[in-house]
Amino acid sequence: MTALVLLDHEEGQIRKAALSAVTAASQLGEVHVLVAGDAAIAQAAAAVPGVAKVLHAADARYAHELAEPLAALIVSLAGQYDHIVAAAGATGKNVLPRAAALLDVQPIPDVIRIVDAETFVRPIYAGNALATVKSSDAKKVLTVRNAAFDAAASTGGNAPIEAVDAVDAPEVSKFEAVKLSDSERPDLETARVVVSGGRGMQSEEKFHTLDPLADALGAAIGASRAAVDSGFVPNEYQVGQTGKIVAPELYMAFGISGAIQHLAGMKDSRVIVAINKDPEAPIFQVADYGMEADLFEVVPQLVEELKK
Amino acid sequence: MKILVPVKRVVDYNIKPRVKADGSGVDTTGVKMSMNPFDEIAVEEAVRLREKGAASEVVVVSVGVQKAQDTLRTAMAMGADRAILVLSEESPEPLAVAKVLRKLVEKEEPGLVILGKQAIDDDMNATGQMLAGLLGWGQGTFASKVEIADDHARVSREIDGGTEEVSLKLPAIITADLRLNEPRYASLPNIMKAKKKPLETIEAAELGVDMKPRLSIVSVAEPPERKAGIKVGSVAELVEKLRNEAKVI
Repeated sequence: MTALVLLDHEEGQIRKAALSAVTAASQLGEVHVLVAGDAAIAQAAAAVPGVAKVLHAADARYAHELAEPLAALIVSLAGQYDHIVAAAGATGKNVLPRAAALLDVQPIPDVIRIVDAETFVRPIYAGNALATVKSSDAKKVLTVRNAAFDAAASTGGNAPIEAVDAVDAPEVSKFEAVKLSDSERPDLETARVVVSGGRGMQSEEKFHTLDPLADALGAAIGASRAAVDSGFVPNEYQVGQTGKIVAPELYMAFGISGAIQHLAGMKDSRVIVAINKDPEAPIFQVADYGMEADLFEVVPQLVEELKK
Repeated sequence: MKILVPVKRVVDYNIKPRVKADGSGVDTTGVKMSMNPFDEIAVEEAVRLREKGAASEVVVVSVGVQKAQDTLRTAMAMGADRAILVLSEESPEPLAVAKVLRKLVEKEEPGLVILGKQAIDDDMNATGQMLAGLLGWGQGTFASKVEIADDHARVSREIDGGTEEVSLKLPAIITADLRLNEPRYASLPNIMKAKKKPLETIEAAELGVDMKPRLSIVSVAEPPERKAGIKVGSVAELVEKLRNEAKVI
């Protein structure tokens, strides 16, 4: 059996989440990857161990990974594949269901475990239940959670690159602009340590209290939906059912109560630390180490203590 | 222009769901149900577009059991003009829902369909994209801003690491992200008025759509429990534990 992985990328780099999708797909059979966009990405994809072939669509209409042309391209290639896989990020979630509908297939999103070629485990109800589902479709279209699969290495492979032609698709959408937030910090979804703030951070200015701590730990910064809704930080910081799903070695929650929707995004972290003034906060039920204290006193002390 | 807004009745987001003892699913009997929060945002956006004069009518639709009419009444209390209930089993798959919606789109001919980005029960995040694919329309998913100008919609989308803007030729599909707007509360007079607004009921079978699920549930289980942790008394103790016990720093 052969699986086709849509290998999404950003600013000239393969996304790390896409490399996790390669690992997941390798459990299903031989792995071919589809790269839409510039040739350097296709070269990088060829060097990923475990990839047997790179399909490269260089046509300009694929440059921004728009769903309409890309889904049509996937459908045109789908004939020879039993599985079509992508990382469960913004690109995979945008493109794959569209392709699945065109193939008359019910997609299987956010897979965390592959039982066999047609049976998959995925969280439902904000991660409060794990459903094992069996697909009766001829082809399986799935997105996988990067937190559940190790990323494939980025060097050591040497796969052939095959150019694929553009196919017709309805010209109904146009890319206008992109605004990426410039951050020197590690990527939230793949960071080893995440420092997160909630409504208890009080304001946009005070949210920066976490910066020195994140620097000291080499951590990414995250936030709860409450902090995002209050305008303290942009949307892409959000950890939770409707934001990013993370599973770092260490997750530190400051001023986060621990609503169901937030826990869905972080409860698979290896070690969870919670700092909260409210002893009844539900976050303490999942925290390995909890501390009832004012975070604005604790954070500077932590920075000092880490220097020792 | 008419706007069609599909809404779903789901277990209220404040409720912690319980897995049935036989592992066949999540227990929904006697549990409080509400409109999916993302669908509230979709209804709000449609009503705002009508208030701005960019749309003439807002039609809400739900696919599910008879009780879903409560959800449709809520949407009409928020400002939707009329409702369609397509009767089927509880929570059909996105593929089947997208096919039902395609039939309704062919009948109603809306200029825009606004959906929530995902339902908080099955967490699929697929119906909008699938409907767009079936219709061959453009899709603006995870929208945080929508502007309608002539025959186009300009949509800001929340993507990994930032925001992207796309322009879609109308008719088009938009799925609402959290940041699109703050949904209004339905006032008591509007709740009363909503009871008089038209609600049409159709059997899914009448639309000729195959509702049979493609995914069968093998089992539904509780996720593994985390071991209870400890409370520490000082920052020094916390750092000591993280260094020597958990060995994460």
